[in-house]
Amino acid sequence: MINSISILAGKNKNGLKEHFNRIDISRGEIVGIVGPTGSGKSALVEDIEQLAQSDTSTQRKVLINNSIPDPELRYNPKKKLIAQLSQNMNFIADMSVKDFLILHSKCRGKNLNLVDKVIYHANQLTGEPIKKEMNLTVLSGGQSRSLMVADVAFVSDSPVVLIDEIENAGIKKHEAMQLLSGNGKIVLVVTHDPLLALLTQRRIVMENGGIKKIFGTTEEERSLCKQLYQVDKELFKVREMVRSGVEVKASFSFQESFTSDFQPVLED
Amino acid sequence: MNVIIVAGTPGAGKTAVLLHVLKHLKEQNKHISAVKIDCLYTEDHLRFQKEGVPTLLGLSKDMCPDHFTIFNLGEMLEYAQGNNSDILIVETAGLCHRCAPYTINSLGVCVIDATTGPNTPLKVGPFLSTANVVAITKGDIISQAEREIFRERVLEMNPGCRIIETNGLTGKGTVELAGCFSEASDFSYEEEELRHNAPFSICTLCVGETKIHKKNHRGVLRHINGIQEYAGE
Ligand SMILES: Nc1nc2c(ncn2[C@@H]2O[C@H](COP(=O)(O)OP(=O)(O)O)[C@@H](O)[C@H]2O)c(=O)[nH]1
Ligand SMILES: [Mg+2]
Repeated sequence: MINSISILAGKNKNGLKEHFNRIDISRGEIVGIVGPTGSGKSALVEDIEQLAQSDTSTQRKVLINNSIPDPELRYNPKKKLIAQLSQNMNFIADMSVKDFLILHSKCRGKNLNLVDKVIYHANQLTGEPIKKEMNLTVLSGGQSRSLMVADVAFVSDSPVVLIDEIENAGIKKHEAMQLLSGNGKIVLVVTHDPLLALLTQRRIVMENGGIKKIFGTTEEERSLCKQLYQVDKELFKVREMVRSGVEVKASFSFQESFTSDFQPVLED
Repeated sequence: MNVIIVAGTPGAGKTAVLLHVLKHLKEQNKHISAVKIDCLYTEDHLRFQKEGVPTLLGLSKDMCPDHFTIFNLGEMLEYAQGNNSDILIVETAGLCHRCAPYTINSLGVCVIDATTGPNTPLKVGPFLSTANVVAITKGDIISQAEREIFRERVLEMNPGCRIIETNGLTGKGTVELAGCFSEASDFSYEEEELRHNAPFSICTLCVGETKIHKKNHRGVLRHINGIQEYAGE
């Protein structure tokens, strides 16, 4: 059982020590990773995925439950505690969705009857249904990302989840976040999306390959986030209307829905 | 001396990964010599030299590059000894799926590109199945699930190997790989043997026949239906 993971400072691209000593993230926490392109967000995610022990280019160390993890946890997929949704938008393996899910379940030592469940949940995230006989390589970007999300949620199903940008995939990002988090999971999410960043409890700010600072989401940001969430929901609806070729009515306005069924996804 | 033989198909990332490893080994004050073997052309030796590592270039031309590597190991060792090196690293051309130029006491390192798909480990033969260390590259381009499936396939072909997920661009995994280099067994040229024999089918094509009709061919020949024959005296 994982109660916490900790990141111990390494070095930035200029070889200078990062501006912190140690970050502890506990069970159930959702932490954002923000910063410009090239600032080292993906490298930080990689360090956690590998459970770095001063042996990566950043020299960071990652602890689990306050101690150095058993090396087997780093390599053996059956024991892996970390699931990762990386930036890849497409699969390259030439096999059917079904074979892929069965093979991956075997690698992770999971039950082999997860196939239908994974496909069902993937299909909740995308407008274009995935079928189990389809070949992975013909899936669209949205289908691929949805399948990756559902695979991470149910097959990799690990206590720590690393997400490298979920917003660019044209899938329902809030539903995806909901699927990936919960049950006490520790979630780290790299994002450029202000809404996702403000939904987290803390965010790590990256600069020049190093962690620049870490701060907690303020009350003010939280309430702004609620408003943004409504705007975002409306935008999604309008986008779907435009995409499906229907006229967007002028009577369709933000105001009415601000008051109705307000439910930010990640609030508990 | 530790002899490291690095095999893997062209473009798998051998040079990119080795350049990171060389940096780490130099930080540990190891004395290294390198050899790059290719068939017709390469610039890899210049990249190693730029890192300050004395590097010998060998072009195999008409000879099989793996046979060429094996045949010239003595010269390579002399070169490395002349440089007072502790470690000799040989990057092979890596073209053939039947040969594996690893010897019993060299450290056999197979570099394999994960983006070539999960069936690749089943295809590549002895340079994977007889390696000590398998460095999987380009995992950055595929999903974690695909990486895990690829890894499983590598283990099916070589259950005893040590797998290191590496990245030739970022240097991921290369500290660990550098660690393996100093752990290799002692190499003795006089006693050394191959782990896997080179393929013994030799035919008239090997010695320069250019006519394609079947009647012109002699030697150990294999038909497309899988029947093997010896034609000749
Ligand atoms: N994305 C990615 N590219 C890589 C990786 N390793 C190597 N490359 C690239 O793959 C190409 C071939 O690499 P090279 O080292 O020359 O391969 P070699 O023929 O096996 O020596 C180069 O353009 C490298 O930059 C990796 O881990 N990820
Ligand atoms: Mg090369």
